[in-house]
Amino acid sequence: MNAISFQQVAKTFTSAGREVRALQGVSFDIAEGEFFGLLGPNGAGKTTLISILAGLSRATSGRVTVQGHDVVDDYAAARRALGVVPQELVFDPFFSVRETLRIQSAYFGLRRNDDWIDELLAHLGLSDKAEANMRQLSGGMKRRVLVAQALVHRPPVIVLDEPTAGVDVELRQTLWQFIAKLNKDGHTVLLTTHYLGEAEALCHRIGMLKLGQLVALDRTSALLAGTASTMLRFKTDAPLPPALAAKARITGRIVQLPAHDAGEVEHALAALREAGCAIEDLEMGRADLEDIFLAIMQGRLTPPPPAPMPGAGIASAGGVATRGVTA
Amino acid sequence: MSWFASLQGARPLFAKEVLRFWKVAAQTVGAPVLTAVLYLLIFGHVLENHVQVYPGVGYTAFLVPGLVMMSVLQNAFANSSSSLIQSKITGNLVFVLLTPLSHRAWFLAYVGASLVRGLIVGAGVWLATLVFAAPQMAQPLWALTFAVLGGCLLGSLGLIAGLWADKFDQMAAFQNFVILPMTFLSGVFYSVHSLPDFWHGVSRLNPFFYLIDGFRRGFFGQSDVSPWLSLAVVASVACAVAAVALHLLKTGYKIRH
Repeated sequence: MNAISFQQVAKTFTSAGREVRALQGVSFDIAEGEFFGLLGPNGAGKTTLISILAGLSRATSGRVTVQGHDVVDDYAAARRALGVVPQELVFDPFFSVRETLRIQSAYFGLRRNDDWIDELLAHLGLSDKAEANMRQLSGGMKRRVLVAQALVHRPPVIVLDEPTAGVDVELRQTLWQFIAKLNKDGHTVLLTTHYLGEAEALCHRIGMLKLGQLVALDRTSALLAGTASTMLRFKTDAPLPPALAAKARITGRIVQLPAHDAGEVEHALAALREAGCAIEDLEMGRADLEDIFLAIMQGRLTPPPPAPMPGAGIASAGGVATRGVTA
Repeated sequence: MSWFASLQGARPLFAKEVLRFWKVAAQTVGAPVLTAVLYLLIFGHVLENHVQVYPGVGYTAFLVPGLVMMSVLQNAFANSSSSLIQSKITGNLVFVLLTPLSHRAWFLAYVGASLVRGLIVGAGVWLATLVFAAPQMAQPLWALTFAVLGGCLLGSLGLIAGLWADKFDQMAAFQNFVILPMTFLSGVFYSVHSLPDFWHGVSRLNPFFYLIDGFRRGFFGQSDVSPWLSLAVVASVACAVAAVALHLLKTGYKIRH
């Protein structure tokens, strides 16, 4: 049984008199125990998809299940199985951290949950803030409480919607260590993030959304290997020749150009020399997920068509996940 | 999910809603009690020797049940409506939306907490007025019945308003242009028999009139209309409003997009 299954999910709504097709028949499954990354630029439909999964929004058509429970017809069982960390930094100003977690536990029928609450507080570095009112916490601390709230009923499936947006390095590390441990213990994780380095490091499999459609779905390693691409990296202050600029990824002074073989490297360097571009710190490296992401989103790379994942189980042996995904 | 299961599920949300208003009791309980006592002092002082509504009942004593009921109604409405709109606007309603609680559990929790706040404020007003002029309760069961029905009706109405309103000013408009006039024109400060025929007839269309009149019956053993008629009207309106609130919750009106 899949942890999460999206089947032909479509969502259409009207905004400012215009019909918006936020999701256009998205289908994919996430296996039990998987750490799945859902990527896409702003407006691609990631949060809409997660909102439908969590019951915050309703699909125009299609079906979503969590551990086999339909999120509409069998919503109570689906929501019990799901822990969602929302993207917005929201909190209830009337309560302390411990009260917040006790209240959230009670919603799920858990009355004596203090042992687990204490464990969550310790893991998330919140023990000394347990009795503080939510209003007194910094943004990062509030984000930690959001994570604790999502986990308070020990859900087997955890959904994190951009959990590290705008938070410091320390929280990111604390959070990922904890989530990775939960995943190792058998929890399924669905993550959306704009930090592609995090997705590359953590996720077994990646799905990419663009304009409400799934444009890539594969194992992270397969996505990275699929392009068989190397990158030429250097720094320059000069404008690039237009032919190179069109395919370059530019971050400040740093330029990255895809170069599949020695011929392409030679060609790029010749073009730079001809244009009079002074470059420094030249190096070659493998393409990372960000390169792949940008190439797919800009239409420079067409990944294999997303395929459904029949029986794509994650066989966990001795805590080490071995994937058998055929995407 | 059955009503019994929903009742079990509603407990934590009900407890949280009660805790929410209790944490700011000075604002949610103390202030409305003070307001009602000020009404009693001022109107009682000005009108005590000029108006007698029922034979043998002083105006200040007449005023007490009306003020108690008005406090029950306004605070029951304020509880569910303000909680919902605050949670919607600040976004923390998501914590309840993510739970397995049914629409019935939501209804029972929000209306139950509204009723509790309404009854606490009502009891506070009644206790405070004991000092001045509180009359004996001739038929307390009627008073209790109408207080509970009134709290439930206004709690349900607050729930609808809280779901409907997107902004605080919309909520204020609902409160100022619907709830307040209906309360003030229901006979809190007078008997509708003292009104001209036209306004007497209009008052009969106001369900709040039956709440106040039935509640007053509990104090004086006399009322403008039969308490059974008031009970029938109030129970019917309460059921209709509850049905609308339940339907809105079930369809996720303005909360599940």
